Amino acid sequence: MALPRIKFLTQLLAVTLAAACIGALAHASPEQDRATFIALYHDKFPAAALEDYVNGALMLSADARAQFDSIMEFPPFQGDIDQGRTLWETPFRNGKTFASCYANGGRNIAGNYPYYDSGNDRVVTFEMDINRCLRDNGEAQYKFSDKATMGILTAYARTLSDGMRVDVRVAGTGAIAKYEQGKKLYFTRIGQYNFACASCHMVNAGKILRTEILSPTVGQTTHWPVFRGGDNLNTLHMRYRRCMEQMRASPFPAGSEELNNLEYFQSYLSNGLPMRASVYRK
Amino acid sequence: MHPGPSLGLFIFAAAMANCLPVLAEPDRVPKGARLAQDVAKGNCLACHAMPTDAKAVTSANIGPPLISIRARFPEREQLRRQLWDAGLTNPDTVMPPFGKHQILTTEEIDLIVDYLYTL
Repeated sequence: MALPRIKFLTQLLAVTLAAACIGALAHASPEQDRATFIALYHDKFPAAALEDYVNGALMLSADARAQFDSIMEFPPFQGDIDQGRTLWETPFRNGKTFASCYANGGRNIAGNYPYYDSGNDRVVTFEMDINRCLRDNGEAQYKFSDKATMGILTAYARTLSDGMRVDVRVAGTGAIAKYEQGKKLYFTRIGQYNFACASCHMVNAGKILRTEILSPTVGQTTHWPVFRGGDNLNTLHMRYRRCMEQMRASPFPAGSEELNNLEYFQSYLSNGLPMRASVYRK
Repeated sequence: MHPGPSLGLFIFAAAMANCLPVLAEPDRVPKGARLAQDVAKGNCLACHAMPTDAKAVTSANIGPPLISIRARFPEREQLRRQLWDAGLTNPDTVMPPFGKHQILTTEEIDLIVDYLYTL
């Protein structure tokens, strides 16, 4: 049953744009886009402080927020974070560690990701630079979807940037082109259900899908990985893939250019918000 | 040979056949209800409340509550069209095009329509 459906979905992929939304933003600069999103959400949630957007749907439910705060006092996933720290601190065969690859030993850097690499005309994610560090030190690279390596390592390494304000730069034609590609995917309806990211997280943010509040796009990139149910590690790209499966679309691979560009667009919208990794989600 | 009576009979029979599924199958409404609430089929409760159906439990508020359907869709074809492809009347809708994208068959849409008219 699943296979023919996927085939069908592939044929349906790349369908229509959510005309009204992208129409308004078609020629906007990244900063204009960010202002548009924030104004839209402010109309929907006038009582919410902008900093609270890092908590996603939790900012709209006092009960869910209380449960979150309680679980975060003693996170059930602390063991994974500790293992990630061990990985981060264990020397490579050449004696160096991950910290040697980064300015400031890897502290307060995650909020600058993703960034545009003009030399290679591509967006570089935090995970890609982890792999660059491994490669530069003669080590085998991690798979983007491997929870036991890339997952737990980033679950720890991003905590080194907790509190850092997101500061993603999109400047110059090359960077803007990648940003625009990510934006286009955000507004493109895909899959058998014919949803765009915007269908749920822009237009209907704050509404309830069966039992779950739909989170706003601003703030969504600030706290990854998350541990769903307390122990199930999910990276941002795993979450993108799950969203696409829920749209009944064929998901792009974790670490693909499509998802990197989407992350670039989406992260820019969170500029100025405080980073906080890694967190519990229901 | 007089074609009149037989043609009339044919038209009558065809018209009756059109009505028959509704008239002769009393279980169409429960079947439609099951399809409407099946998460792999209509999955209506993901987005809509159905306040007059006690079995329909949801907190959803993305689409309008499914009540007074007869008043809102006096023509059956309007409702079938809404399920087939809601984008035909509202391009900005987020309602999936159940017929056009083969999420539901036309028969399944008809069963759900029968159910919706009871709400």
